[in-house]
Amino acid sequence: MTPEDRGVRIATTSAVPNIDSESQLKALLSGMSGVDAVGVEGRCAKLATRSIKKSSKMSAIDLAISMVDLTTLEGADTPGRVTSLCTKALRPDPSDLTVPSCAAVCVYPDLVAHARSVLGNSRVAVASVATAFPSGRASLKVKLLDVADAVSAGADEVDMVIDRGAFLSGRLGQVFEEIVAVKAACGEAHLKVILETGELVTYDNVRRASWLAMLAGADFIKTSTGKVTVNATPPAALVMLEAARDFAESTGRIVGVKVAGGIRTTKQAISYLVIVNETAGSLWLTPELFRFGASSLLNDLLMQRLKQQRGAYVRPDEFSGD
Amino acid sequence: MGESLANSQLGAFAYDPAPESTSVVNLHASYGLFIDGEFTEPSSHEHFVTLNPANEELLATIAQSSEADIDRAVRSARRAYDTVWSKTSGAERAKYLFRIARLIQERSRELAVLETLDNGKPIRESRDVDIPLAAAHFFYYAGWADKLDYAGFGVNPRPLGVAGQIIPWNFPLLMAAWKLAPALAAGNTCVLKPAESTSLSALALAEILQQADLPPGVVNIVTGDGASGSALVEHDGVDKIAFTGSTEVGRLIQQRTASSQKHLTLELGGKGANIVFEDAPIDEMIEGIIDGIFFNQGHVCCAGSRLLVQESIADEVLRRLVRRVDQLRVGDPMDKNTDIGAINSAAQLSRIEELTAYGEREGATRYTSSCVLPEKGYWFAPTIFADVAQSHRIAREEIFGPVLSVLTFRTPEEAVVKANNTKYGLACGVWSEKGSRTLWVAQRLRAGVIWANTYNRFDPTSPFGGMRESGFGREGGRHGLEGYLDV
Repeated sequence: MTPEDRGVRIATTSAVPNIDSESQLKALLSGMSGVDAVGVEGRCAKLATRSIKKSSKMSAIDLAISMVDLTTLEGADTPGRVTSLCTKALRPDPSDLTVPSCAAVCVYPDLVAHARSVLGNSRVAVASVATAFPSGRASLKVKLLDVADAVSAGADEVDMVIDRGAFLSGRLGQVFEEIVAVKAACGEAHLKVILETGELVTYDNVRRASWLAMLAGADFIKTSTGKVTVNATPPAALVMLEAARDFAESTGRIVGVKVAGGIRTTKQAISYLVIVNETAGSLWLTPELFRFGASSLLNDLLMQRLKQQRGAYVRPDEFSGD
Repeated sequence: MGESLANSQLGAFAYDPAPESTSVVNLHASYGLFIDGEFTEPSSHEHFVTLNPANEELLATIAQSSEADIDRAVRSARRAYDTVWSKTSGAERAKYLFRIARLIQERSRELAVLETLDNGKPIRESRDVDIPLAAAHFFYYAGWADKLDYAGFGVNPRPLGVAGQIIPWNFPLLMAAWKLAPALAAGNTCVLKPAESTSLSALALAEILQQADLPPGVVNIVTGDGASGSALVEHDGVDKIAFTGSTEVGRLIQQRTASSQKHLTLELGGKGANIVFEDAPIDEMIEGIIDGIFFNQGHVCCAGSRLLVQESIADEVLRRLVRRVDQLRVGDPMDKNTDIGAINSAAQLSRIEELTAYGEREGATRYTSSCVLPEKGYWFAPTIFADVAQSHRIAREEIFGPVLSVLTFRTPEEAVVKANNTKYGLACGVWSEKGSRTLWVAQRLRAGVIWANTYNRFDPTSPFGGMRESGFGREGGRHGLEGYLDV
């Protein structure tokens, strides 16, 4: 047995199949192995018992901070709030420069230009939701304009939503073509495809939607908008990571995974990192391939980081609010 | 697929040691016998040692019961039956059982640590499986104690009297619960003999019985080796023998009890087939195969030790299994992140080594985890054998260790024939997304327990037991009462 047998083997030449028709896409997706709900939830429950302590906890916290897409997606967002968020993403704890910066700031398209002006050419990316976020209920024409708007304002990353209605009613070709079109409209910008797993309901759907998005050219697949009742869950993330792992093994193309919505505590973040570690492996343990879409999570990570260093908790108002 | 490969290492992010504290356990230097509600010295004054199999350190010395001690325990159980327990109403018996269940829950952390120290199993399993299930069995049978009229055995079913119960070392406290809870609920008194290498949690249970104010003599716990068990089997004052352990010993017990009036139930060995069809949910199925054979180091009588995989997916399944086995965290059982702990004894380790050596000699292909094993203690790296034939010893004999034999089949008929081609009949698993096929296969398998799309799942409400050389009688559920009632 070679060392390659013991990990996830990724071909270095691309072999992503060309999808020419909806029937071909349907055949490919319906031929995939199902997901046993009891089994996948049991696996997550078991992984959740991993006990991450001491220096491994410290490095997990820093890794998680570097994976945060610091997000504000409210109607009441203001340029001032975005400025504050950008500053925080750049230097999450101004009193400790060893704290890594976040991966990105995620805003609505109209605030992209402002975020860009604050972040300049820093390592922190500007991500924008687009395509009639969060419902996705608009014509393709409108969605593409939305994307073009965000990209021209300086977005490095675009978080699109899929048309869940089309997916659930079996119009898979439509979902596929929309992603292809959005990807083209993104140009250089990275495309994250939001599956909204809470609305897809079954894990079978989550696996198929993951593959559909990856086949259509997604750079990332993302669980949720954060705007519906059920957001990211560990089992949905596990199924998506398995899909990303299997896709990389069979096509050589490596797609990232983003979990979003409802992730507020360090404990939750670390349990997701455990799932990444034991499902997809080392390659995905970087901000280039795994992200947390979150806002309040960052302060909890900072608080736990200080707790690790000082041995005692600090007051929450030690850190700036969003 | 390209020629050169990149590799994503699984589990590359290392977890620091996260050992459970052992300070919660207060070990005595020496343990006596629990007879008539008291801890007493064995008549011979002989003791034997019990070791921590993970590091071979001495834990305590345990009393060796002689024939006289067994006689004392059985007479104590008889007296308690005649004077107290047979006159105690079901509702009253239930109160004691509920109390025991709650005390097990209250002392669960201590019991989990104790079990892991003595047995070598990972703390994650003793904490999340053994101890909660032991409490659940007492809770479940507490509910039956005042409802025996409705258990389906006629009105007012009578207990048998004194039950002699002999349990194995693989799930020490859980097996004690499986035996004691239904026996007490049905109105019997008990003499329980734990396995020689794992007496400690049963003795902690004895303390719990004292705490619960269980009347003296209702449960007696006698430690010792095979001779003590033999004395219990031979004793004329015993009405019922319940044994869980090896088929060899089970056969001897059946011979010895054949000419007596003793009731008998046996839960013996197994060589469980885990049957995997090409339409199975692959990721959960891989986890299920791993759980099926590596749970509790494979020291499980119903372990899915024979994997029957449909030929069309055999290569893919084997590749994923080998990858997954290498990811298992083997080592300090007290570490909360350990997946695989120590082998329970030197004797068991040498049996595993002997059989796996045979596997290689007979031509099977061996894949062994690259994990680093601790220097002290009894350890065996998780192992998979591919290209196994039905005639190989590793496909026929119970290894009772972390060793999986992989065989292939083409049609459902062939899967059933191969699965049934064993002297055992304890448990099987069937993995398929197609319900009709699962049922078709399940109806044709000769095994007491059949799991669909899962493996090694236990619940007090579900009966468990074997066919053929895996024994007879059921434990758990309503069926579990039958072995302790005169029906």
